[in-house]
Amino acid sequence: MKQLFAFIRKEFYHVFRDRRTLLILFGFPIVQILLFGFALSSEVKNIGVAIQDNAHDVNSSEIINRIQKSSYFKVKEEIVSYSDVERRFKDGSIRCAIIFPVNFGQDLYRKEGSRIQILADASDPNTATIAVNYLTAIIRAYQQDLNPNRTLSYQIVPQLRQLYNEEQNGSLNFIPGVIALIFMIVSTALTSVAVVREKELGTMEILLVSPFKPILVLIAKAIPYLVLSLINFIIILLLAVFLLNVEIRGSLVLIFAESILFIITCLSLGLLISNVTDSQQTAMLISMMGMMLPTLLLTGFMFPLENMPSIFQVISHIVPSRYYYAIIKAVMLKGLGFGYVWKETLILAGMAVVLLSIALKRFKIRL
Amino acid sequence: MIAVSVKNIVKSYGNVSAVDDVSFDVKKGELFGLIGPDGAGKTSIFRILTTLLLADSGTATVAGFDVVSEYQQIRNRVGYMPGRFSLYQDLTVKENLTFFATIFGTTIQENYTLIKEIYDQIKPFNDRRAGKLSGGMKQKLALCCALIHKPDVLFLDEPTTGVDVVSRKEFWEMLAKLKEQHITIVVSTPYMDEARLCDRIALIQGGKIMSIDEPAAMVKNFPKTLFAAKADNIYRLLEDLRSDPSIESCYAFGEYLHLTLKSDEDHKDAIFAVANKYSPANLVVEKITASIEDSFIRLMRDRAITKEFNQVNDGK
Repeated sequence: MKQLFAFIRKEFYHVFRDRRTLLILFGFPIVQILLFGFALSSEVKNIGVAIQDNAHDVNSSEIINRIQKSSYFKVKEEIVSYSDVERRFKDGSIRCAIIFPVNFGQDLYRKEGSRIQILADASDPNTATIAVNYLTAIIRAYQQDLNPNRTLSYQIVPQLRQLYNEEQNGSLNFIPGVIALIFMIVSTALTSVAVVREKELGTMEILLVSPFKPILVLIAKAIPYLVLSLINFIIILLLAVFLLNVEIRGSLVLIFAESILFIITCLSLGLLISNVTDSQQTAMLISMMGMMLPTLLLTGFMFPLENMPSIFQVISHIVPSRYYYAIIKAVMLKGLGFGYVWKETLILAGMAVVLLSIALKRFKIRL
Repeated sequence: MIAVSVKNIVKSYGNVSAVDDVSFDVKKGELFGLIGPDGAGKTSIFRILTTLLLADSGTATVAGFDVVSEYQQIRNRVGYMPGRFSLYQDLTVKENLTFFATIFGTTIQENYTLIKEIYDQIKPFNDRRAGKLSGGMKQKLALCCALIHKPDVLFLDEPTTGVDVVSRKEFWEMLAKLKEQHITIVVSTPYMDEARLCDRIALIQGGKIMSIDEPAAMVKNFPKTLFAAKADNIYRLLEDLRSDPSIESCYAFGEYLHLTLKSDEDHKDAIFAVANKYSPANLVVEKITASIEDSFIRLMRDRAITKEFNQVNDGK
């Protein structure tokens, strides 16, 4: 036991004396959170819009007024010719345009009704759809206000609510994903590198020729990174709550327990990689390329799994972060309890047991 | 009492034979040297004895335990210093020593007497990181770490390679003192001058042991009279003497040539007679006693001749 503690203390010396490791360990998560939180926002705000008002009546002015007031749009300028609209689209200063016909106000009171043209730049389909929806909503609201007493005999009014994230806060979606990604990198990559470094420096030779049990080498390597990963996790949660206004709905204890389970899975994977590689570079490459890409692509937080070709959907089942992502989303954002995530938890636990036993079994007691 | 016993060990990596049917015994309390150039198979033998490598065939015991089936017992009892400096470079001297003491289930205090003399020399640098020590200091620290648990057998793989002359001398003085503590020491080195400091040595080349004996006996058993010669144009002299039919062997050795005659004549006049045929300027000839290196070169030459002979015979 004393030996194990001495070994763990030594591991902490290594971590805190190596700037590179420290940077990956703590710099990386913070940068990721800030990057995803602010720079890579999927929310749509300040969409450039051009307005060509050929009517110049009360009704068109009121609609323009409402669009201007909305935080989603930024009215660039009112332009007169159609060719101007096209030019603006091309130089990218606007994403959509609204064209009012000459008799917009008068047509409103006719039986045929009046028309309004909305143009959107669909080279980015998501933004285009969102912008068109927002505009339609504004116009519809105006129409309602125009004749509040008008009632149709048959009318279906959909009552829309976006559950669990009504304010459409983009941070909610990526926070669980980033946490999974960071665990994958910190726990898997750093652990594998830490073991392989002993091989590369030749210290493994001395460790093997000692009374210290080889298996304890692995455990002593894993424990510091488990602790560091948990510290990392707390930092990420604090950043998410206080900087990105993410509300944690579920039980913190459950979130922590599930995270520890996932970290152990990642550590086992790291130890497994370290068993089959002999240089730090190879270990880094395998864990970065082999782990980071699948985590990014096949977890579901960047690209929805449902839309992928079925082969990728099948592969995604062996990516541990997929289950962790599902668990954290359910617990953290939806406030669900263990009863709803037991299946994912079981799969993750199974993966941890299998990976760890392979890692321990394959650990070489000789060179 | 036998501390280390090696019987018919064979180890090859793919097609390359590293250790070729090697057998030797090391007595308890002995300072045993494996002497040979780089690539002779010394490190492979060390790794097999420290249970890090499995031999292809043959058996070996260390401190009475089998290197394969009882490897854990051996690991508890030996000290091992690999050829490359293998301590934690980012840990200080004190931290390294404390770490290895703890790993071996002991403390610095417990066996302090054993390492005191060596440790005293590096103590002023207690808080310096191991990576920032000089070569000699690193070796002393590594030796301290290998000794900290008072091992029965100490394996030192090329401990003086890349170390300055003064530190090398100090290092061997330390080994002599450790011997007084009844620790069996197996050491390897490519430096022939260090061989005479061992109790017994094994000369090894190409994975084969050529000779095992006490250094003094090995020198005494040199079968021929050895001469040293030099002249102004030493390269010319070397070529001339090599091509002369009465010369058995001739090779450069420092600023001299070492040579033996095919006949049994043991007076330097015989060499003068041969050399003067080529009228070298300022010829000097001395009769000298052979060193370990001369023995080594002679053994290598004998092996090469045998090998050639065998190849010719096989070809028939």
